[in-house]
Amino acid sequence: MIYNPNKECMSRDEMSALQGKRLHKIVEYVYYNVPFYRNKLQNLDIRPDDIQTIEDITKLPFTTKKDLRDNYPFGLQAAPQSEIIRVHASSGTTGNPTIVGYTRKDIGVWSECMARCLTAYGVTRDDIFSVAYGYGLFTGGLGAHYGVEHMGASVIPTGTGNTEKHLKLIRDLGVTGIACTPSYALYLAETMDKMGIKKEDIRLKVGAFGAEPWTEQMRQEIEVRLGLKGYNIYGLSEIMGPSVSYECQEQNGSHINEDHFFPEIINPTTLEPLPLGQTGELVFTTLPKEGMPLLRYRTRDLCSLMPGQCNCGRTNIRMGRIEGRSDDMLIIRGINVFPSQVESVILSIPEFAPHYMLIVDRERNLDTLLVQAELRQEVFTSTFDTPAAVDALEKKLASRLKSVLSIAAKVQLKAPGSIQRSQGKSAHVIDNRKL
Amino acid sequence: MSSPYFNPERETMTRAQIEAFQLERLKETVRHCLTNPFYQKKFKEAGITADDIQTLADVRKLPFTTKNDLRETYPFGMSCVPLKDCVRLHSSSGTTGNPTVILHTKKDLDEWANQVARNLWMVGLRPDDVFQNSSGYGMFTGGLGFQYGAERLGMLTVPAAAGNSLRQIKFIKDFGTTAIHAVPSYVTRLYEVMQEQGVDPRRDTKLRVLAIGAEPHSEEQRQRIEQMMGVKAYNSFGMSEMCGPGVGFECPEQNGLHFWEDYYIVEIVNPETLQPVPDGEIGELVLTTLCREAMPLLRYRTRDLTRVLGRSCPCGRNHIRLDRMRGRSDDMMVLRGVNIFPIQIEKILMQFPELGNNYLITLTTDQDNDNMTVEVELAEMFTDDYGRLQQLGKDITRALKDEILLTPRVKLVPRGTLPVSEGKAVRVVDKRKVYQ
Amino acid sequence: MTIVQLSIFIENRSGTLIKVLEVLKDAQIQIIASTIADTAEYGIYRLICSEPQRACEELKRAGVPVSLSNVFALELDNQPGCAAEAIATFSRAHISISYMYSFLLGDKGILVFRTDNAEQARQTILENHLRYISEPDLSCLA
Repeated sequence: MIYNPNKECMSRDEMSALQGKRLHKIVEYVYYNVPFYRNKLQNLDIRPDDIQTIEDITKLPFTTKKDLRDNYPFGLQAAPQSEIIRVHASSGTTGNPTIVGYTRKDIGVWSECMARCLTAYGVTRDDIFSVAYGYGLFTGGLGAHYGVEHMGASVIPTGTGNTEKHLKLIRDLGVTGIACTPSYALYLAETMDKMGIKKEDIRLKVGAFGAEPWTEQMRQEIEVRLGLKGYNIYGLSEIMGPSVSYECQEQNGSHINEDHFFPEIINPTTLEPLPLGQTGELVFTTLPKEGMPLLRYRTRDLCSLMPGQCNCGRTNIRMGRIEGRSDDMLIIRGINVFPSQVESVILSIPEFAPHYMLIVDRERNLDTLLVQAELRQEVFTSTFDTPAAVDALEKKLASRLKSVLSIAAKVQLKAPGSIQRSQGKSAHVIDNRKL
Repeated sequence: MSSPYFNPERETMTRAQIEAFQLERLKETVRHCLTNPFYQKKFKEAGITADDIQTLADVRKLPFTTKNDLRETYPFGMSCVPLKDCVRLHSSSGTTGNPTVILHTKKDLDEWANQVARNLWMVGLRPDDVFQNSSGYGMFTGGLGFQYGAERLGMLTVPAAAGNSLRQIKFIKDFGTTAIHAVPSYVTRLYEVMQEQGVDPRRDTKLRVLAIGAEPHSEEQRQRIEQMMGVKAYNSFGMSEMCGPGVGFECPEQNGLHFWEDYYIVEIVNPETLQPVPDGEIGELVLTTLCREAMPLLRYRTRDLTRVLGRSCPCGRNHIRLDRMRGRSDDMMVLRGVNIFPIQIEKILMQFPELGNNYLITLTTDQDNDNMTVEVELAEMFTDDYGRLQQLGKDITRALKDEILLTPRVKLVPRGTLPVSEGKAVRVVDKRKVYQ
Repeated sequence: MTIVQLSIFIENRSGTLIKVLEVLKDAQIQIIASTIADTAEYGIYRLICSEPQRACEELKRAGVPVSLSNVFALELDNQPGCAAEAIATFSRAHISISYMYSFLLGDKGILVFRTDNAEQARQTILENHLRYISEPDLSCLA
């Protein structure tokens, strides 16, 4: 089944024509509604009328996460505040999160993109779908949720946590679909074993897995242990949220909703476009988007666009698996974490020296983050005999980290001089996960 | 000047109009319920048919529905539409026994959003407001319920969810948040953190409306919240069995909650005799849904205790006004918006062989925060290792959190320290100033 | 090779410690050494006493959560550096010490410690000819 054949099966010429038309419109829209873009375009001496076809996109300037940060919170918003009905937030590289506003129409487009994705997985109105992504500011929960409702299947807003109850519902309600991170799917399988639930006892047939990189081996393991088909779903809040691209039943690359999100692959150093099939940094331009349209947004995700046509009948271009990042971002339990965020927190508490270490691990398929921070000598001397003071400092650091990172980190206070001094930026991170 | 009413026609109905509307909807609801075997059986047992419902007072002929009915028909036994017409499912927390499952069709969600939007509009919120929803999302209906309602009204809606106070405050300032929905204890927590951060809600924020609910609170607590935050705080009533938030809400007069009688028939009964009590007298709230497709409920016993305050209001709405909830007719505790039964806690504690049989749950209000302390006796001194004792405490906390979705304070105590009462042990001590 | 220690669960509340001590007093049991660290809600009161088995029974009868465990007790000369020497031996053998305390018995220092790797500790003590005391030594000294 194809949810919207008119948009998912266009000929290349039709698609390019549509994209060109929409690109012109979006450039005109941001030119007149977003001072940031107007300045940028004027500096490059570009007028909206200079952009007529999709090929003209290379004339446009890039947008980066730093631009979002510099214009926090609403500087890049194009629609008036009264038209915005929702905001989502994702991690910024430092204290300020990245804020994305959506109009009612944007939410509608997003729901449709999600519905296309679910239909590609084989989900129908008869299905019962559990959304086990986090709800709230993170786009995973509400994004998938609205999509399932939009296409008319039943949605269970499970959210995160309470895995045993979740499994009970999966079994008792005959849940057929689930959206979660792939590592959580493995954790589910493990908890099933613990509870004595066999895969024959449950009716899961489809999994929408995303928000973190995963491998083909993980897919096979999940499919075998849960007895379902696991499909990749990709998205990022700056562009929309989950369903920017999705796999079809061929499980061979993720189709991009390219009538809404125009993809490019560039060399992250020279910023030059790369030919089809070559791996580079993924760049998106939002086509018709009202709340916060972005031109050539650098995702920092490394992947390739796949040549050739897919057997499923969709003509929308496919992207390969995410092969890495062109920055130091970590993805922990589906949440984006930058070492610089941790640094900003540690520097904001005067008791700590500017030496820290992030240790990422995966225990029983759940990602863990341990932050080690060094106490200043005079603080260390005055507190080591009073466990309560150390406790309070630990709690303070943990709560600030939670507030900035949106995930809980384990905190370990270290004696002065005990953390290895860093030589280069990645020396702040030890990632013990094997991906 | 926009209208003070979101849905003027419905909100300003006269009593006669309300009652005529209710009678028609009640007949329809009864017919709809009777497509379901559960209700067919119940009607048969009660010896009534749909034709027995001729006047509004005939609602009293209908059998009551209880939470137990929901459990026994788990998961889909009370659904009155095919499953494929359902687009949403909410389930009560906990793993003890069968959870309850509430289904919604697209139209149910639509009406629910209308109810919440009506409430928010009633207290003066408009599309140019910024609404921060600081309540839990997911299965807890306070999150998605207010999200859909606020989006329906057209406000900028910030799905902040519960917790992470520093970020909440940052958003309140950075986004110019004008309204917050949260459980009352969380509002006081926010205020505390604001003070620590040197943020004065009057000076540094654009807040003007608070919606508080999902947790019992006294008039004094409300007034304190209003004084702290310098804004009006309106009481919200909801329960997942009815849909979620949106069932009843205070208007700017703050003289009780308007329960929307175009959506529900409201009865107050004596929880022992199940007979109606006169207006003004405290009894158990019983609700009959009038507009629900997926899971209509007849005479649902909410177990909440309240009383009728009146049926007219200077605000122009004649929908029944009820007092804030005065307590429960069962042993359910409501803490930070989460419903908890002592048996849930007991079941978890008994999974730990290191623990004895005695435990005590104490609910307190510490600096306006509602907290739960679970004291539990050690069966034996099973270790010489301090780390293992600490780990046990952590494991218990974790297991309890998974069950009740809140993190209680767990205290290990020696055997024989907790009171053992004859017969039914006292398991819960509620020291909160709520029902006074 | 080890001695018996009582580990008592103590709530951080007034009256709990005195209860334990009174039970021991009434039973005519002598405390040889004891230790307790400051903690938030509860702690473990560890003690070495005469007749540990009987002490344990008496305490249990009084409703005090208590357990018996075996700990090592090294006999050291009451001289600077002796403790360092002993611990260095364990350190070299990669034996970690969970907790430790000491007391004087006559003119000897006694170092009590607990390790998770008892077997290896035993071996290290024997190989290095460290002097240790066992339960019978203790009861005749008490």
